[in-house]
Amino acid sequence: MLLTIRGLSKGFPGTKALDGVDFDLAAGEVHALLGENGAGKSTLIKCLTGAYRRDGGEITLDGQPISPGSTSEAQDLGIGTVYQEVNLLPNLTVAQNLTFGREPRRFGMVDGRAQRAEARRMLEGYGLDIDVGRDLGTYSVAVRQIVAIARAVALSGKVLILDEPTASLDAAETAMLFDVVRGLRDRGLGIVFVSHFLDQVFDLTDRLTVLRNGRKVATEVTAELDRLRLIEHMLGHELEAAERAEHALTDPQATTRPELLRFAGFGRPGHVAPFDLTVHEGEVIGLAGLLGSGRTETAELMFGAHAAQSGTARDARGDVPLATPREAIAAGFGFAPEDRKTDGIVADLSVRENIALALQARRGWARPIPRAEQARLAEEYIRRLDIRTSDADKAVGDLSGGNQQKVVLARWLAMNPRFLILDEPTRGIDVGAHAEILRLIHEITEGGMAILVISSELDELIAVAGRVIVLRDRAHVAQLIGAEITTDRIVQAIAASHGTDAPEGEAA
Amino acid sequence: MNPRFYPLAATIAIFVAAYAVCYAQFPYMLSTRVAGNLLTDNAYLGIVAVGMTVVILSGGIDLSVGSVIAFSGVFVAVMLRDSGLHPLAVFALLLLITTAFGAAMGAIIHVLAMPAFIVTLAGMFLARGAAYMLTIDSVPIAHPFYDLMQDAYWLMPGKGRLTLIGVLMLLSVLGGALVAHRTRFGASVFALGGGEQTARLMGVRVGRTTVGIYAFSGFMAGLSGLVFSVYTGSGYPLATVGTELTAIAAVVIGGTLLTGGAGYVLGTLFGVLTMGLIQTYIVFDGSLSSWWTKIVIGLLLLLFILLQKGLLRLTSARLSGAGTGAGSAARAG
Amino acid sequence: MMPRTLSRILPQALTLLAVVALVSAVFPGFLDVDLVNGRLVGPAVDVVKRGAPVALLAVGMTLVIATRGIDLSVGTVMAITGAVAAWTIGAGWGWGGAVALALAAGLAAGLWNGCLVAVIGIQPIVATLILMTAGRGIAQLITEGRILTFNDAAFAWFGSGSLLGVPVPAVLWLLTAILVAQLMRRTALGLLVEAVGINRRASALAGVNARVLLIAVYMASGLCAALAGIVATADIRGADANNAGLWLELDAILAVVIGGNSLMGGRFSVAASVLGALIIQTIDTGILLAGFPSEYNLVIKAALVLVILVLQSPNLGAHWHFLRSQMRRRAEPAPAASPQGPGAQPRTTPAEEARR
Repeated sequence: MLLTIRGLSKGFPGTKALDGVDFDLAAGEVHALLGENGAGKSTLIKCLTGAYRRDGGEITLDGQPISPGSTSEAQDLGIGTVYQEVNLLPNLTVAQNLTFGREPRRFGMVDGRAQRAEARRMLEGYGLDIDVGRDLGTYSVAVRQIVAIARAVALSGKVLILDEPTASLDAAETAMLFDVVRGLRDRGLGIVFVSHFLDQVFDLTDRLTVLRNGRKVATEVTAELDRLRLIEHMLGHELEAAERAEHALTDPQATTRPELLRFAGFGRPGHVAPFDLTVHEGEVIGLAGLLGSGRTETAELMFGAHAAQSGTARDARGDVPLATPREAIAAGFGFAPEDRKTDGIVADLSVRENIALALQARRGWARPIPRAEQARLAEEYIRRLDIRTSDADKAVGDLSGGNQQKVVLARWLAMNPRFLILDEPTRGIDVGAHAEILRLIHEITEGGMAILVISSELDELIAVAGRVIVLRDRAHVAQLIGAEITTDRIVQAIAASHGTDAPEGEAA
Repeated sequence: MNPRFYPLAATIAIFVAAYAVCYAQFPYMLSTRVAGNLLTDNAYLGIVAVGMTVVILSGGIDLSVGSVIAFSGVFVAVMLRDSGLHPLAVFALLLLITTAFGAAMGAIIHVLAMPAFIVTLAGMFLARGAAYMLTIDSVPIAHPFYDLMQDAYWLMPGKGRLTLIGVLMLLSVLGGALVAHRTRFGASVFALGGGEQTARLMGVRVGRTTVGIYAFSGFMAGLSGLVFSVYTGSGYPLATVGTELTAIAAVVIGGTLLTGGAGYVLGTLFGVLTMGLIQTYIVFDGSLSSWWTKIVIGLLLLLFILLQKGLLRLTSARLSGAGTGAGSAARAG
Repeated sequence: MMPRTLSRILPQALTLLAVVALVSAVFPGFLDVDLVNGRLVGPAVDVVKRGAPVALLAVGMTLVIATRGIDLSVGTVMAITGAVAAWTIGAGWGWGGAVALALAAGLAAGLWNGCLVAVIGIQPIVATLILMTAGRGIAQLITEGRILTFNDAAFAWFGSGSLLGVPVPAVLWLLTAILVAQLMRRTALGLLVEAVGINRRASALAGVNARVLLIAVYMASGLCAALAGIVATADIRGADANNAGLWLELDAILAVVIGGNSLMGGRFSVAASVLGALIIQTIDTGILLAGFPSEYNLVIKAALVLVILVLQSPNLGAHWHFLRSQMRRRAEPAPAASPQGPGAQPRTTPAEEARR
């Protein structure tokens, strides 16, 4: 084995990002690393590249134990990394990027001619015919990825880690990239390939390892594995027995309830294909799909974070304008985004102010919520959602992830919306808080509020949703209602390649 | 043409167009005399703007340079009056001081992670205050060596004078261009301007580079102060108030992105010359008032900033064309 | 609520007290106040009066900085509004017209800045640099390069008159500060401004109209600058387009920073900023009164700024923490300390953005 990892552990305050993970990489192999967001992929990579220090475990490269302390140290050891976007500098030329830090010099000055020649030499064998004197930023993402790979290979040359390299490439570009990767494999490099595109994993990789919740689930030979099993590995299949019992909680009659909202032909190119969706009062709709399938994009469109370019949203009174978040809020929508830190909380404000923020924004600046009222509101939700904080005036940034999530939830509940969108409401939350939030979702729908839940955890969707929409390749491809909602059915719908054997629903 | 040259080309085109307008009205403006004066009158500004260009390329800002120029003039004048050292020795001492001063600001910016804006603002007060403490009067410089420097020029064809300080400015631009575009240090400067995180990933030593950048700016401000003292023949602590902002304006009109990471030292030369040209035109015209200089410079600033904003939007629109690349990049970063 | 406000401004209040004590020690008559012809006079009264322009600017600047912005144009806006006021009086529209037009000019300047920042999306420092450069030319255009003098006693009252014995400029900044502080705290504006300054994205997703709020904040800054311009112009009974408000934007920013408001936006205190302005003015006046040559003024100011900044530095805590953890680790087998120190790992992004 070229690279061996044994029992790798890494924790952050409140969570265990990696828990005793094993991983092997042979020379001349492409090894996929799979898992949903938060499964521990990026933590694993960061431990390998020296961006994080591991808490425990062994890493050996060529039989030698290693412990890189920085990216450049990892590079010197032979481990190069190409991230999705932030690799190189778009404002420097291709040649400058390729030779950065090792520029050929003459009389102490960088020799531009030699630099370009060196860059062209480094790009040989990658099938690129580009002007290395131009800014990297003027080239497509695919070219930039290949340039980044060329640099990483030239600098390290044993292990190449590709972190979501195809996330923003089209099919032709991806094919071009794969040719490059295969060429490098044949030259004897060990390549770790992180991607959430399963087609690509089957297309390119020799073996794969699946992580979930910081643990290794399986390592398998790609050719011997079928799609269904892989998705099960990724999304989990543990509460199968409890599933039916849980299901009793959801109302099978959901679709007979009064209609609340009707989205027709709602879509935006590049985000999500036009879809139809009807929302009923008091119903919980789940959005299932792999990362990048268009789940979050659907939510952002519905909430006006990006304006839809086609279609309409209507309620009983007529058209509902949803071009901006303010319009969506005025229409009685709420949205707890996936990335709490950047999109959810206002870190330096107190719990009380964070809870009151949306309500205050709707009332306008001239009608402040009296402080006593804010405090009452905060106390009520701290109690109701069991937010663990020493007091309501603590800065929300000092709370744990689960409690921050509850604060964002409280912000919207305080608005008493009619339609609430929760994007990964339980991500990065400990198990106890997890169950609580699910319980809350049930509780609040009793008052007639409709909820849309996006989750990577199928168990969770099965437990809460009366209806599940399945997404694939940025389009709504299937709808499962009531008893149809099982792990198997969802997995099948996700796995079905391009509209063949999927159980088609009305949203197809 | 390689698109990275577009802003530089725009700058030069505006300069040429402006010169053409001037020539159309006052044919005499296309003479070596006017050209020579343009270089001489703007020598100190050109030199300090070279240092400012490097700072801005790295994504920083240096507000202290105007004060450092004034300090330099006063320091030289007082030293020559009181110490009896040879001017060259005083020059060396001064450049040492201003370079160390810049380096110290760079170190504070890096070590304490403070905004360059506020650190160099403090530096601005400090340098101006130091100048006041040396003297509050205008101190004339009377030294044979100064007379020598002031009279050193090459008479160009057409009786225009290419003065020593004009040449020094051109050499500074050349030197600055080499540092910025032809050294590893320069590459690190651009890398920092492109994004500190990525620069770090690529192996840039951020602290060392930051100190180097502000030290370079300090050195250039010192040199500019020397040139200014030769130009005016005196040292005055109230001189060159606000020169830092003029220099920043020249850098922006020179096509350098104020957010850092893109630009050319040569462009700054043309930015300085364009501003000088506007002034010369107003002098030639005689009926136009001097405040039009400021208004036109403000408009040029706006034009270039909007131009850059447009270019940026164009590139990022193309880059995010494939899905939500930009959004995910922002999150990944 | 009261104790919270007090504890927030306590450091600034203590600093001011210390500076006043220091000045009084060197110049014993500093705090003497006499009543002459129904007006209070004395060095301390003078500080309160002369500090008016910076204090007024600091009020608006506090709001702008709270949104993570900066307004470099306020000094220039003072010149413009002064010129507008003087021109209006010259045109015979009286003091009322002068004040109204000056305030309108300040609002227009703020609207321009706000649109550049919030609509076009230019960095605040660059956006306001444009008006800073061009504005002085505009002011000179209005005054035609001369010092426009006027003789309107009613308008001059804003600069040199007194109200119940207190100089009018002092009354003006005090009223403005109280008004703005109350407006921010009695309405929800303060909360919304802070929310936008801390996290514009999250605030917008929570329904805060960040764009309008940003424009409003720059307009408030323009309005404060207009008041400062009126005071400065009325004081000398003339509009000096070249020198009115020259470099006062830097003093105003300094006052805000001394007031403990972070340039990274967020939590703010108008009261603390105004105290910062008073601290600066007391130092300025004190150095003169104490018989020091005025040339020490800037060096002392610079030293003070550095001390305050170092105390505020976000990295200081990290370095301190790093040192302590190193001390603690000494007993353990020597770990391969990363060369970059505490910054090697996920580095504070605010520090990076701060460089801009």
